[in-house]
Amino acid sequence: MTVNAIRLRGVGKSYGPTRALSDVSLDIEAGTVHAILGENGAGKSTLIKILTGVLAPDTGTVDLFDERLDHDGPQAAERLGLATVFQELSLVPHLSVEDNLFLSKPPRSKFGWIDLRRQRAESRRWLDLVGLGDVHPGTHAGQLSLTQKQLLEIAKGFARTPRILLLDEATASLPGNDVDRLFKIIADARREGLTVIYISHRMSEIERIADRCSVLRNGQLIETFPTHSRSHDEICRMLAGREISQVFPPRHSLPTDAPVVLSVSGLSAVDKVKDISFAVRRGEVLGIGGLEGQGQKELLQTLYGAIRTAAGSVTLDGKPFNPTGPAAAIAGERPVMLLPEDRKTEGLLLAESIRDNMLLSVRGRLSRYGLRNQVAEVVRSGDMIRKLAIKIASPEAPVSSLSGGNQQKVLLARLLLNEPAVYILMDPTRGIDVGTKQEIYALIRDLADRGAAVLFLTTDFEELIGMCDRVLVLYGGAITRELQGEALNEVNVMEASLNMTRPETIRNPAEMEIPT
Amino acid sequence: MKILTSRHMPVLLGAMVFVIVLAVYLAVHPRGISSFVIQSYANSAAPLALAALAQTFPVLTGGLDLSVGGMVALTNALASELVHGSPLEIASGVLIVLSVGALCGALNGALIVYGRLQPIIGTLATGAVFSGLALFIRPFPGGEVDAGFAYAMTSILFGFLPVSTLMIAIIAACTWAAISRASLGRGIFAAGSAPQAARLSGLRIERSIIAAYVLSGLFSALAGLYLGFQTLSGDATIGAPYTINSIAAIVIGGLSLRGGAGSPLSAIFGAYALRAIGAVLLFTGAPPLAQPLFEGMVLVTAVAAASIALVRDPNRLRAYQ
Repeated sequence: MTVNAIRLRGVGKSYGPTRALSDVSLDIEAGTVHAILGENGAGKSTLIKILTGVLAPDTGTVDLFDERLDHDGPQAAERLGLATVFQELSLVPHLSVEDNLFLSKPPRSKFGWIDLRRQRAESRRWLDLVGLGDVHPGTHAGQLSLTQKQLLEIAKGFARTPRILLLDEATASLPGNDVDRLFKIIADARREGLTVIYISHRMSEIERIADRCSVLRNGQLIETFPTHSRSHDEICRMLAGREISQVFPPRHSLPTDAPVVLSVSGLSAVDKVKDISFAVRRGEVLGIGGLEGQGQKELLQTLYGAIRTAAGSVTLDGKPFNPTGPAAAIAGERPVMLLPEDRKTEGLLLAESIRDNMLLSVRGRLSRYGLRNQVAEVVRSGDMIRKLAIKIASPEAPVSSLSGGNQQKVLLARLLLNEPAVYILMDPTRGIDVGTKQEIYALIRDLADRGAAVLFLTTDFEELIGMCDRVLVLYGGAITRELQGEALNEVNVMEASLNMTRPETIRNPAEMEIPT
Repeated sequence: MKILTSRHMPVLLGAMVFVIVLAVYLAVHPRGISSFVIQSYANSAAPLALAALAQTFPVLTGGLDLSVGGMVALTNALASELVHGSPLEIASGVLIVLSVGALCGALNGALIVYGRLQPIIGTLATGAVFSGLALFIRPFPGGEVDAGFAYAMTSILFGFLPVSTLMIAIIAACTWAAISRASLGRGIFAAGSAPQAARLSGLRIERSIIAAYVLSGLFSALAGLYLGFQTLSGDATIGAPYTINSIAAIVIGGLSLRGGAGSPLSAIFGAYALRAIGAVLLFTGAPPLAQPLFEGMVLVTAVAAASIALVRDPNRLRAYQ
């Protein structure tokens, strides 16, 4: 007899006139790994919030192991044995790693005080499990790198010894070897009866780990099926509800006389960027790759004027380019603009309207005698909304009401409005659904074809290889390798990311996934 | 050494400021170093140290308590009514005074958590209410605080260890040990550091925020009580300066007003340093009426100095955090 870890019956939720989820019924068998797929806006995040008890559905019921879930906060679901590893990191930066691990349920001594000695011992065990054995449990969580934080977040999920573990985009910032380790932990835990809900945009991961998949689209459950019973293409079609012809737009070979737009020579900054030199030409998409936290972010922020340079020089169209800050980088004759890594904290003013967010960086032109020209604002933002096919009810609605993919489009529109000479795009497709990803890929290629230079940072190797004309791989703040043409393949990118050959991390190329 | 990393630096700086200021104080003191000088200095700084400790807890949650002065005034007025007579009456009087302080704090916490008021606005309003109540209880300075008990609390042991300092050290150490070993206390830090993350993790930070304001009320009551020991009477206007000075003290001691991290030592070092600064100004002939001016300037300087790291940060995005 099979036991259902999760049973949803007729679950529906509306936000005003928008139906986020309608009549979803789903059984998830205990001891299986169940993937939930869906574009942004498909209702995935609403479903997660309902499962974790943060949000109450308008209709329907949720049972965890045959017990009805009260939707009065995360504690209710936790009591029934559900732990969540959130995509938006839920760590408290000023508390230590061990305090974070046991934030809600610390080991206690007889009198109800927190047992610090046991907490230390137990945290060592969980840190070892996820590969953070070299992190001291007393370190402040805020001092960890993004990858380490993500691993800690995962350890925190396991440390609650749940019956159901919900992983929401938990691998978004993990390099390949950590993903492998995570999958091994999941496989082990599954054998001991753990039920895993796995939410990811990475199709290859889902194919490796999930027993069954459910596809959501427009708030409805389209189909639930055993993972390997459907092909990659079929799943994509189910997700998008439309045919996806190819993943990446075609590249055009760059003319040999294409002028250099941005040239960097011997650039160093903070302690993360060390003696970096490269040039990017008109019409080129230059990939910036490597493991997370190897100085990519700091390099790009330095070019944008957000971080002061310590040494080296940068030229734009052959002229010295030393912006005193982002405002100066944008204000130039030939603007340099940056799409930040974290759209919610570094990009958007979440409570402000879609239109105001879009027009935030627009230079001059839109105001007269210091007063905003509302007619021009409406026209220009309207153009962008149409051009990028942003799905919105009204441009006056707060930008926080949009799905992740549409929020990212609003940010891209902000850049496009200034027609920059150089686009610095930091992980533009992070946490975005397949359909929107394709649109963004096509847009980036189109920008390059129209004569912009694009710096494209991503942690996804497939993107790096499929999207970029040339790739610089960084390790420890320096460029380890430049790859293009035939040499631009997964094995080379991986090797360069790991700084050539570290014996313990060599992987058999035959086992690696070949990009389609 | 690992301990010298940035998170311990602020409190070490606070300790340094304290040591330097104390040295200057003792050097310029017209009567030189004596047991009596130490005793009177320590006792005059004690209420401020208690008020600064009170302020520490709300600040750790990312809030601020502008009713500290009001609570000091109210509890001081109350002490002048209740803390005298038989030993039993004194004991119950002390208990009532402390309970009223805690109750005032609970009211602040409830307004902030359940009333969704911003801490600054909520406590500004309740602070006015508490000051008003204090005036109602004691319209004119007067009343009585048991002299024998007060003498014991303001005396000095072995000629160098003031009872007040010893008491404050013990109370602060016990409170801190409890805070760092209780979920409730962990929530105080989490509330100031990443409230959303803490909530998602299933921590009930609302309770922690209320607890922080209750502790603030309790320590304010200790300050009000101690002022009673010093003056042997009550005065409804004596509490007012403690709001601004408690904030100045913790900032001088190196506590970040952004919340999330810090140590009670900041409050203690800062309070004793601030008192010594005031006394030095007095010795050097600054007019007493100019004291608030100087205290305000000290506060501005201390806050600016605490932010100096931001100005030097090569990452321009962090310039105004």
